[in-house]
Amino acid sequence: MAVLTMSKALNLGLRRAMERDDRVLLMGQDIGRLGGVFRVTDSLQKDFGDSRVIDTPLAESSILGAAIGLAMRGFRPVCEIQFDGFVFPAFDQITAQLAKHRARSSGATPMPIVVRIPYGGGIGAVEHHSESPEAYFAHTPGLRVVTPGDPASAFVMIQQAIASADPVIFLEPKRRYWDKAEVADSSELASSPELFSAQVVRVGTDLTLATYGPMVRTCLQAADAAAAEGKSLEVIDLRSVSPLDIETLATSVERTGRLVVVHEAQVSFGVGAEIAARITQQCFYHLLAPVLRVGGYDVPYPPSRIESHYLPDLDRVLDSVDSSLAY
Amino acid sequence: MAVDGGPELVQLLTPEGERVEHPNYALDPTPDQVRGWYRDLVLVRRFDTEATALQRQGELGLWASLLGQEATQIGSGRALAPGDFVFPTFREHGVGWCRDIDPLQVLGLFRGTTNGGWNPLEHNMALYTIVIGDQVPHAVGYAMGLTFDGASDACVVYFGDGATSQGDVNEGFIWGSVFNAPVVFFCTNNQWAISEPSERQTRIPLYRRAAGFGFPGIRVDGNDIFAVYAVTQAALAAAREGQGPTLIESFTYRMGAHTTSDDPTRYRSGAELEIWKHRDPIERVKSYLARNGHADSRWFAAVEAEGDELAERLRTGCRALEAPAATAMFDNIYATPHPRITEQREQLVDYLASFVTPAGSR
Ligand SMILES: Cc1ncc(C[n+]2csc(CCOP(=O)(O)OP(=O)(O)O)c2C)c(N)n1
Ligand SMILES: [Mg+2]
Repeated sequence: MAVLTMSKALNLGLRRAMERDDRVLLMGQDIGRLGGVFRVTDSLQKDFGDSRVIDTPLAESSILGAAIGLAMRGFRPVCEIQFDGFVFPAFDQITAQLAKHRARSSGATPMPIVVRIPYGGGIGAVEHHSESPEAYFAHTPGLRVVTPGDPASAFVMIQQAIASADPVIFLEPKRRYWDKAEVADSSELASSPELFSAQVVRVGTDLTLATYGPMVRTCLQAADAAAAEGKSLEVIDLRSVSPLDIETLATSVERTGRLVVVHEAQVSFGVGAEIAARITQQCFYHLLAPVLRVGGYDVPYPPSRIESHYLPDLDRVLDSVDSSLAY
Repeated sequence: MAVDGGPELVQLLTPEGERVEHPNYALDPTPDQVRGWYRDLVLVRRFDTEATALQRQGELGLWASLLGQEATQIGSGRALAPGDFVFPTFREHGVGWCRDIDPLQVLGLFRGTTNGGWNPLEHNMALYTIVIGDQVPHAVGYAMGLTFDGASDACVVYFGDGATSQGDVNEGFIWGSVFNAPVVFFCTNNQWAISEPSERQTRIPLYRRAAGFGFPGIRVDGNDIFAVYAVTQAALAAAREGQGPTLIESFTYRMGAHTTSDDPTRYRSGAELEIWKHRDPIERVKSYLARNGHADSRWFAAVEAEGDELAERLRTGCRALEAPAATAMFDNIYATPHPRITEQREQLVDYLASFVTPAGSR
């Protein structure tokens, strides 16, 4: 056991995956000597060489395009996109090519590619550095979309994602990169929770909060605050946005009867909408209130001096909790 | 390590401040003009230094320094005619200066009080573009529009050495070429794209790429304001005369970190920096002015004093740049009312009003 930041936990996870399989390659901008702008690939080029940790030209579309070709040769590329707002030049390769490759080749050319993307706001950045693009990818059949909420999950999930035979969009909550927690550096992935499973991170009885990525910590804090007022909230870290672990969610909602979904992304047409539809259908007779969503407003990500009004925080989560409980 | 611009480099003023002639670029600026350039160079460097300090003090979230690139920006910026239009990256503070954009308007984006900062149509300069390369096709479209309108203006688009790898930039070259658009592709080759040296983007000197796209390419000493001015003016003239695009590679050096978030000691040597220190874009103009008796120490001191005044104005002005109202995030997203926006704006107003004490103090 060691206490690691999420950035360091991801770094260690990448290291273990590279040690385990010499077909694993890292590709991205400034990931070599610099170690990535968030230091997630720190020292890896020094230790594994520059043909396994590749500083690419400044062209996201080709980071993904080349990864597809490498995968056809049997490599397992892990692509880093420097910030969420810069994945869009690669959007065509991801949605039109990567996502469809397996189906079109009848499974002959699997695409074990991981696309790592630091995402989300709350760090006072200039525009295009605070986006939450998960819904675009979750909406695209053929892609799997996961996002860790804490260092220990990050360490395990990055290794599981690299081991996945399918392409995985791996969203890293950048404002949680420096959160610290105990991480067990065991090579035993088999005993860890399955990659596409949700985890109950706090048990409660009155209402279920379903969340992921940067909002996990926020929801845990909200649950603490609610407990002080005598309300018992269950918090579920979804971890996987696609596929959704609906069973874990439904089991919880059948007990609590109330669900609030929390994410940073704009609410309309988002992950919360999908969850609300599925849970309403599956748990209709257990629900004591409509499923509520807390998320960003349907506006372009605002300038950082007012981002705190855009991002869901403790107060906005509790406000929705109160609305749900008042039904 | 790319430190030598090679024999094709267009230079009109040596690092020592001596004039040299170039067969293609005759230039005879008046003393007044050169003094004006010097003043611009000193003031934008001062602006830049001050912005870096403001970031350190927590007044800006980030700053992208132009240190070392002053001649590249002022030389090309001063070559523009009033009707010309500019598409910048996020580092063209000196070009903005030439387009009468107040430095405080530039600081807003970095302070996080706005995602824009100025009216592009008032200054004939588009807003900064953060996504690398996106602005190049915009410039080509604008230039096509100039042709369709029979206008006699031209357009300049800036981008870095790193940006030359982007698809949109190369597509822009193709469009500019086949539509013979009056656009100048201005590449600031400062040798680095964050931690990646320009060799990671290209095997040949960047200006030579132009040949493959079907227009001329020129490499200019980006630390020589005389040369940058002359080369940009010629490219703009050619564009106006219907000769289509030119690629200018302004060979310079990013003297500072990529941005205030960056730590260049992790990836580049101080030796390179030392070489470029001797090519400072401002010192050589100062030597030129002094050597030719165009300015004395009193005049230089007056420019410094003006710099102090500017710095003071930026310090106070920056702190006075207020965050917009929370509801400003709903403004101007659509031309006509959109029900979701209207509804959410009301929600936010009600929500904020529900706090007895100010929001966030729960
Ligand atoms: C599409 C895209 N990818 C990545 C980035 C992150 N990024 C910001 S600046 C930069 C390097 C740009 O290098 P260059 O074009 O040479 O311009 P310079 O910073 O040297 O002025 C990178 C990779 C970005 N802004 N946009
Ligand atoms: Mg550069």
